[in-house]
Amino acid sequence: MKYYAYYPGCSAEATGAGLGVSALAIAKPLDMELIELEDWTCCGTTAYGSLDESEAIVVAARNLALAEKTGLHLVTPCSNCFLTLSKANERLKEQPKLMAQVNEALAVANLEYHGSVRVRHLTEVLVKDIGLEVISTKVKRPLNGLKVAPYYGCQLVRPDYGFDDPEFPHSLDRLVESLGATVVPFPLKSHCCGGSLIISEEDLALDLMRKLLANAVGNGAECIVTPCPLCQTNLDAYRGRVNSKFKTNYDLPVLFVTQLMGVAFGIDGKDLGLKTNIVPAGKVLANYI
Amino acid sequence: MERRIGVYVCHCGSNIAGTVDVEKVTEFAKGLDSVVVARNYKYVCSDPGQNLIKEDIKQLGLNRVVVASCSPLMHEPTFRRACLDAGLNPYLFEMANIREHCSWVHEDSAMATEKAKALVSAAVRRVYYHEPLETKEVPFNSNVLVVGGGIAGIQAALEIADSQHQVYLVERDPSIGGHMAMFDKTFPTLDCAACILTPKMTTVGQHPYIRLMSYSEVEDVSGYIGNFKVKIKRKARYVDEAKCTGCGRCEELCPINVLSEFEHGIGKRKAIYKPFAQAVPNKVVIDPQNCSHLKGLKGGKDVCRLCQKGMEKKGIPGCEAGAIDFGQEDKTVEVEVGSIIVATGFQQFDPSVMYPYGYGRYDNVITGLQFERMSNASGPTRGEVLLADGRKPESIAILHCVGSRDENYHRYCSRVCCMYSLKYSHLLREKVPQASVYQLYIDMRCPGSGYEEFYERLQEEGVNFVRGRAGEVTNIAEKPEEEGKLMVVCEDTLVRRKRRIPVDMVILSCALEPRADAERVARIFSLGRKADGFFMEKHPKLDPVATMTDGVFIVGCCQGPKDIPDTVAQASAAAARALAMISTGKVEIEAAIAVVNEELCSGCKTCVPLCPYSAISFDEEKKVSRINEALCKGCGTCVAACPSGAITGRHFTTEQIVAEIEGLLV
Repeated sequence: MKYYAYYPGCSAEATGAGLGVSALAIAKPLDMELIELEDWTCCGTTAYGSLDESEAIVVAARNLALAEKTGLHLVTPCSNCFLTLSKANERLKEQPKLMAQVNEALAVANLEYHGSVRVRHLTEVLVKDIGLEVISTKVKRPLNGLKVAPYYGCQLVRPDYGFDDPEFPHSLDRLVESLGATVVPFPLKSHCCGGSLIISEEDLALDLMRKLLANAVGNGAECIVTPCPLCQTNLDAYRGRVNSKFKTNYDLPVLFVTQLMGVAFGIDGKDLGLKTNIVPAGKVLANYI
Repeated sequence: MERRIGVYVCHCGSNIAGTVDVEKVTEFAKGLDSVVVARNYKYVCSDPGQNLIKEDIKQLGLNRVVVASCSPLMHEPTFRRACLDAGLNPYLFEMANIREHCSWVHEDSAMATEKAKALVSAAVRRVYYHEPLETKEVPFNSNVLVVGGGIAGIQAALEIADSQHQVYLVERDPSIGGHMAMFDKTFPTLDCAACILTPKMTTVGQHPYIRLMSYSEVEDVSGYIGNFKVKIKRKARYVDEAKCTGCGRCEELCPINVLSEFEHGIGKRKAIYKPFAQAVPNKVVIDPQNCSHLKGLKGGKDVCRLCQKGMEKKGIPGCEAGAIDFGQEDKTVEVEVGSIIVATGFQQFDPSVMYPYGYGRYDNVITGLQFERMSNASGPTRGEVLLADGRKPESIAILHCVGSRDENYHRYCSRVCCMYSLKYSHLLREKVPQASVYQLYIDMRCPGSGYEEFYERLQEEGVNFVRGRAGEVTNIAEKPEEEGKLMVVCEDTLVRRKRRIPVDMVILSCALEPRADAERVARIFSLGRKADGFFMEKHPKLDPVATMTDGVFIVGCCQGPKDIPDTVAQASAAAARALAMISTGKVEIEAAIAVVNEELCSGCKTCVPLCPYSAISFDEEKKVSRINEALCKGCGTCVAACPSGAITGRHFTTEQIVAEIEGLLV
C-alpha cells in the first residue's frame, strides 16, 4: 500500500465532480491510500497570483504547511492546483526572505512551513509510482478498439516540473494504451483550451476549443481524455456553444483519465461520476460497461 | 640537511587579494617551521615576481620553494623553471592553489583567508619532504596519426606530409571528405565546396607521405607522447583496394537499392557503392547489412554475386579487375606514432525529437544537410529544389537554432547556422526566384570576414527576415488559403504579433552536436569532454588545440562548432605543434613515477595486471616486478595495491602525503 496526502482542490468537488470520485475509486484497486488533507483550503489559483503574488503564495503555503505535518507527498488530481502549489513551493524554497514573510502570516494560524513537501500530480504518481505494468494488470475490461485522444492541456506540463516533456508529453498516451485503448495522433495535445478566458474572451476561447475538437475528431478520436478539470469543463460544458457558433456537430465525450481507468477496471459508472459529464459517454463506452 | 623554505603568496591582481587577505597569509607563513622568508607580490608569475624567488634562492640559500597562487595546471611549469634557473632542482618546489580552490569559490573573506593559510601550511609541510628528481629524455617518433578525414584532418595531414613526415590518416567512412564534401556552396564567398575540397582530397590520396586508411577505425592507443602505439581496425570492404579501379560497373549491376547516408536519406545508393563520385580512395565498398550475397552466406546460401559474375545471358561481364572478395575479413594493423591529431568532427542534431517542427511527419520538412544535397548539382535532384511530390516550392521557411540555444537540447550557439541559413536563402533566390523565402531567427550572428556584408546582401535580395523563433510547423489549416500548406507559427517579435506563415517547404537549420560515440573516442585517446559534450582543449584561450594528454591534439568541430576557415586554421595550428615536437626529436618524461624496492618486493605480481599503462613487467629470474620508466605515468595504482609496501610513488611518498594532510589539519 502506498500512502499520499490527498488534495482534491475545489474543481474535483464541483465542476469536475467526476474527477474527484473517479480518482478515489481507482485508488483502491491500485493499492493507493489517498488520505485527504484535513482542513485544506483554496490553492490560491492563478487568478489570485496575478493580483497579489505574495498573498496568493500564503494561501498555497497554508496547504503546504498542513501537508508537511503528514510527512507524505502531496498529491492533487487537478492540474491547476498542481501548478499553483508547485510554483509556490518552488518560490518558497528558492527565496528564504519570502519564506520568512509567509511564515509570519502562517503563524497567525499556528502553522509553519519548512519547504520539505513534494507536490505531485496524480497522473505522475500513477505513471511513475504505481507504474503502467501494474495498472495494466488491474484491467478487467480492456478498452480494445476505443480510439482516444489524450489531452494534456497546459498546466500539467508547463512550466516543467520534471514530469514530462513540456512541449510534447507522452505519459498520458502510455497510460491510455495500458488500458488497451488506441491512442490517435493528436498534435494539439498540449495546446490551450482557452482556460478561464471563456469568462472574459468568449469568442477567442470558443475558437481554441473548436480547434482542439476538430483536430481530435479529424484524427478519428471517439473520445478525449484529460486529467484537468478546467480543460474538461471547457470542452464538455461549452460544447453547445462551440457547435452553434461554428455550425458543427461535435459529439465526442470528454472523460477524465481516471474515469477511463475506472471503466477499464470494471468499476460501476455511478462510482466514476460518469453522469456528471455533460456530453454523454454512454454510446462510446457501451461496449465496455 | 637543514630545510630553508621560501613562501611566495600571489595577489593575482584582485583575483586572490580581493577575497584572501594576502598580508595575513604571508605573516602566517613566516611563522611556519623552516620558513626562512615569506613574501607577497602582485603577480608572482611575472618576470619581477619570478626574480624575487630566484634572488632569494641565491641570497638566502633557499632549498625549498612554495608558491601560493593559482592551479598547478596553470603555472607549475613556470615556477619549476624559475627554480631550475636559480640552480634549484625543480621538484623541490610545491604549489598551493589559493585561487581556483579558494578565492574564486568563496565569498567570506575571513574564512577564505583561514583556508588559504591551511593550504599554505600543507604545502610547506609537504615540500619539507620533497626529494630532488631528474627527468629523462626519450626519442620522439616523427610519424603522426590523424584521425578523421574531413577538412580538418585533410588539412592537418597535408601540412605534416608536405614537410616530409609520415602521416597515417584514418577515416571511418569509405571516403575522406567529411561533411564538407556534402555541401553545395560555402559562405560567404559562394565557392563550390567540391571545387575547393576535391583537389585537396586527391592530393591526400596520392601523397607519398600519407598512408590513407579509409573505412578504418582506431581501436586502441597505448604509450605516451613521442611513442604511441595505435591499433587500427581496417573494416572488411569486400573489395580488394589494390585491384578496384572505381569504374562503377558493379554499382550498375547491383540490384539492391538503399537510402544513401551521404545523401541524408533523400537519395539512394546500391549495396556495393562509392559514396559519391569524387570519393578518395576511388574504390567501392560492399555494405554487408544489405548485400544479398553476404546476407545469404550467413545462412549458407550462395546468391546474387551479380557484381562479381555479371549477367551472362545479356553478355554483361562482372568486375573485370577481379576486385570483389566476399571472403575479406576485418583486420587490425598496428602503427607507431609520436603525436596524434584527433579531427573526428560533429554530427547534425536529429530534429525528429522536436515533435512540433514535424520533421519525420511532414515530407517537406527537411534538414540543412538534406537541403545541401538537394541544392548540390551532383545530388539526387541534380541541384533542383523540389518538393516531395516533384513540384517546385512557392514559399520556403528556414528555421534557425533547431536544437541550438535551447535548454531542452543544446544551450550553446552552433555558430555556423545563421551563415549557412543565409547561404540557403541565396541559393533559393537563385534556383526558385519566384518563391518567397522566410528566415525565422532569434538574432543574426554573422561575425567573420565578409559575413555581415553577406547578411546585408541577402536583405537586398528580397529575403523575408522574421525575428522570432518558430513555435511549431503544422498542416492544420485554419483558413481556406492555408489548405495544403505547412503553417509556420511564430511570434514576430519586431511587429509584436503572432503569425502563421504558409509555406511549401521548411528547412531546419540544425545544431552541430558531438558525435554519438564521442565518449568512446574520448576514452581511446584519453580526452576530456566539456559540459556540452565536445572534446576539451588544454586551455580555452591559450592552448586551444592541445589536450590534457601530451602529444594528442584536437581540431575542427570535435572541439566545438566552427566554420571552415576556423577549422582549417586550427588544423594548421595543430600540425605546426606536432612538427615543432618532431623537430626537437626528443621528449622529456615525467620524473614523478613509481619505483620498486627490490629488497621488499615479494614477487606476488599483484601490481602487474593493475597497471593501466602496461608499464610493469615481472623479472622471472629475480622474482621481482620492474617498472618501465618511459611507460609509467605515476598514477599510483600499484603503489596503493602493493601488499608489501615495496612500491613508492616518487614525489607522492607516504611521508609527503601525510605531512600535507597534517599541514591542512593543524
